[in-house]
Amino acid sequence: MRCRPCYCCLFCAPPSEGTALSLTLAEWAVLGALASGLFGLAADRYPAPAKFTCFTLLGLSGLGALLAGGAALLHATVVAGTVPLGLPWLHWHLRVDPLAGFFLAVIGVVTVAVAFYGPGYVREYEHGRQSTAVLYVFTGLFVAAMELVVLADDAFVFMVAWELMSLASYFLVAYQHQHAANRRAAFLYLLMAEVGGLAILLAFGVLAGFGGGFSFDAMSSAVLTPAWASVAFALALFGFGMKAGLVPLHAWLPEAHPVAPSHISALMSGVMLKVAVYGLIRFTFGLLGHLQWGWGLVLLVAGSAAALLGVLYALMQNDLKRLLAYSSVENMGIIFMALGLSVIFTGSGFPRLGVLGLLAALYHVVNHALFKGLLFLGSGAVLQRSHEGDLERMGGLIRRMPVTALFFLVGCISISGLPPFNGFVSEWLTFQTALQAPALHSGVLRALIPVTAAVLALTGALAAACFVKVYGVAFLGRARSRHVRHAREVGLGMRLGQGLLAVLCLGFGVLPTFVVRALEPITRQLLGRGLPSASAHGWLWLTPVAPDVASYGAPLVLAGMVLFGGLMFALLNARAHTRLVRRVPPWSSGFGPLDARMQYTSTAFADPIRRIFRPVWDLREQIEETRDPVQPLRTIGIRHELRVEDRSWRVLYEPVGRWVTAAARQVGRIQTGSVRTYLAYSFFTLLVLLWLIT
Amino acid sequence: MADYLTSWLLALVQTALFVASAPLLAGWIKRVKCRLQNRRSPPVIQPYRDLVRLFRKEMLLAEESSWLFRAAPYVIFGATVLAAAVVPLVAVRLPTSAIADVIVLVGFFALARFFLALAGMDVGTAFGGMGSSREMTIASLAEPALLMAVFTVAMGAHTTDLSVVIERILSHGLMIRPSFVFAALGLMLVAVAETGRIPVDNPATHLELTMIHEATVLEYSGRHLALIDWASQIKLMIYAVLIANIFLPWGVAVQFSAGALLLGAMAVSLKLAVLATVLAVSETLFAKMRLFAVPQFLGFAYLLCLLGMLSHVILEVGG
Repeated sequence: MRCRPCYCCLFCAPPSEGTALSLTLAEWAVLGALASGLFGLAADRYPAPAKFTCFTLLGLSGLGALLAGGAALLHATVVAGTVPLGLPWLHWHLRVDPLAGFFLAVIGVVTVAVAFYGPGYVREYEHGRQSTAVLYVFTGLFVAAMELVVLADDAFVFMVAWELMSLASYFLVAYQHQHAANRRAAFLYLLMAEVGGLAILLAFGVLAGFGGGFSFDAMSSAVLTPAWASVAFALALFGFGMKAGLVPLHAWLPEAHPVAPSHISALMSGVMLKVAVYGLIRFTFGLLGHLQWGWGLVLLVAGSAAALLGVLYALMQNDLKRLLAYSSVENMGIIFMALGLSVIFTGSGFPRLGVLGLLAALYHVVNHALFKGLLFLGSGAVLQRSHEGDLERMGGLIRRMPVTALFFLVGCISISGLPPFNGFVSEWLTFQTALQAPALHSGVLRALIPVTAAVLALTGALAAACFVKVYGVAFLGRARSRHVRHAREVGLGMRLGQGLLAVLCLGFGVLPTFVVRALEPITRQLLGRGLPSASAHGWLWLTPVAPDVASYGAPLVLAGMVLFGGLMFALLNARAHTRLVRRVPPWSSGFGPLDARMQYTSTAFADPIRRIFRPVWDLREQIEETRDPVQPLRTIGIRHELRVEDRSWRVLYEPVGRWVTAAARQVGRIQTGSVRTYLAYSFFTLLVLLWLIT
Repeated sequence: MADYLTSWLLALVQTALFVASAPLLAGWIKRVKCRLQNRRSPPVIQPYRDLVRLFRKEMLLAEESSWLFRAAPYVIFGATVLAAAVVPLVAVRLPTSAIADVIVLVGFFALARFFLALAGMDVGTAFGGMGSSREMTIASLAEPALLMAVFTVAMGAHTTDLSVVIERILSHGLMIRPSFVFAALGLMLVAVAETGRIPVDNPATHLELTMIHEATVLEYSGRHLALIDWASQIKLMIYAVLIANIFLPWGVAVQFSAGALLLGAMAVSLKLAVLATVLAVSETLFAKMRLFAVPQFLGFAYLLCLLGMLSHVILEVGG
């Protein structure tokens, strides 16, 4: 069926029957997001209709991306087309294949949730100092750009879309630019995005130089020497790793994510970081071709460092959104670890295990998009209702915002990697991949991979501690401030957005076999094979390698927990008199009524871990005692100040900053301020140019 | 089909046996410990009496507690029983062991602990928060060591399925391999930390500043407390069975014949009794250490597990 002539398919390459649908849909999704931005312009004059139209179009764009991606994954189709935009001799090549389809679907899911959530959330900004039009326009552009990055089939479109994505998100980070901290964060973000973009451009340049063209097809047919391939890989890792927030290139991430509006943070953390992963996978697995196991080692070590440091820094944060941002660094680390294992196994001649690693990485990609999106939406709900971003001033929200609290709990369990939710499955798959290390020939790798698996275990356990802290301090206990005491539940749309992601978190955890089977076309496309053994034993059992090596019956786990827990509940609460409970004041060691200040705080909760891993942070702790001037032995006040700084600043960024300043000072010497000197410069420049021309 | 049903039935019976006999193990440990310390001991069945008494008691709930506080005991109990269901106690090859391998088992414990720690923070008392913080800190150090020990065994047997691990060790005959010895020692240290025994935590104390696990359940009473206590007894037994059946797998039934099952039951009881005695002796010999000495203790456990792993990679695989 050929669809109606429209702007996009009119110029597309002639579609083969039916299969072009996914590309058309994807193009419509991009146009929908752009249109959403366009309608946003009207927000200043017609706020209500513009808001409604914007978010509806955004939702439709997300739905279109989801459907297009889903179709591409299910049918394992590859559809390519050309759009007559760009340079006259280089039209835009677009393509939907399983890999692009998967990431398109990930973008789509979170965008749909954000579209439900957005209208309720932006109410806060409608009477603010900034025009909401700016927010709508750049949100639309941002989503469109992300979809376009995934659809790009040549380096030209890719870079245009990539830069558009960075710029649009820069304006979103800088949305509340009345605060100096936001401006600073946005500038840092832009700076690092551009440095990263430059590296990506160079990486493409290496490939294009050898392949003789900018289209991905030409690049993938390039024949590179191993050394040049490694150079290209290193550049790509630097560029995409900067966007993905790999330690120590993560510095922008904890600054930029917290200051953006929360639904944008959900998009940035849940989706934009995934686009960086997409870029790396496309570049390494799709374009470079022959994988070298050494790259895998680099990915594995970098990923382990990011995972461990990310979670340790997250633990020390008291600002909810900043904590979530650091936790994104951790999760990107886990994804990179799985990718690294995949490259190691593929590069050493174990393609089946390479497939397993890639599956684990992709599974964690969608999981992180779901639960981090959910957690950012939840933190936005808390922020909107309580105007508090600081954990130390929250508390007791489970009674004031019960629905948000339930969904947030789902997010916390998922991100801590606990069964039967989704985070566990991908971590389990990563462990299973790592445990196949004895197959390798190199003794170093055989010993190193289990150690990184133990790092992953440590990361998981620390993440659980971190999210117990978050949930326990923010949602449980007593309210610590007046705003929080008067918080109310958020509106229906905002609950729907969170609920959608929460349900998916459970669904992706309980039915992993379907997910793994749906991901197989990607591995078939990139590595030439699937993993039929994973779902060979029915939908109940996930058996990644073989049933006697490891199996996980996720639906049965859920059923068993409900059965045993529920059985006890039914037994114990069967009779009417057992249901009666007496409410008593909590035990207070005999000191009279408890108040909110007696609770354990977030800082106190993390204190033992801070002492154990002390060298990791740049800690500045000061204790000032004020003594009674009359009785010098009597302390009348103690002031404790604790600052936890990111070490990467002092080690990496501040020296770079100093060099740049010093270099600028040297350059500044030629800038005398006198017109005569500048005229002399012009004269000599002209002279040189004339000499060059003749 | 009949075989299939029988095996599921057997699995259920084994789980029930596991859950039912966990308090007995706790009673036995207490008895041996009393004997060693020249005290008169309560009867072995005292833990059952305590549980029954708690189940009958009136429920007291703190005024500030939320639904999470009431749901947590059931989640903890459900997750722990599920963990018990996948551990081969008497026989291997039971269908439940395929539901979850040993990594999932660790996940079940983590889930139970997550809810326990949240419940500790729910009422908003300082003790609850303190207990949760310490519980999560110790767990985050114990879990990597535990998984390292598990990985050593799993890599030796080429599987993470507990039932298959035991079967393979049985069929190869038990060899004293260095990796196994290291892993067993490491696992024992981790088990002490994870189940809250001396020297990491003191299950008998109710002194606020020394306790970890007890602080998180301070607000619980009645049947909620009974469930949590029972779950922690089951957890102790799971660790004991893991050590007994992985490192000394003799007697575990491979066939489902009555004789083999009976032998398996007797063998495991004997092994557990011996292990419990060892635990009681060590609890009598050592004193509880302060909290910030625990990281060193667990670091030592981690080092042992790492040595096990490396000796497996270097000595046993070759190359």
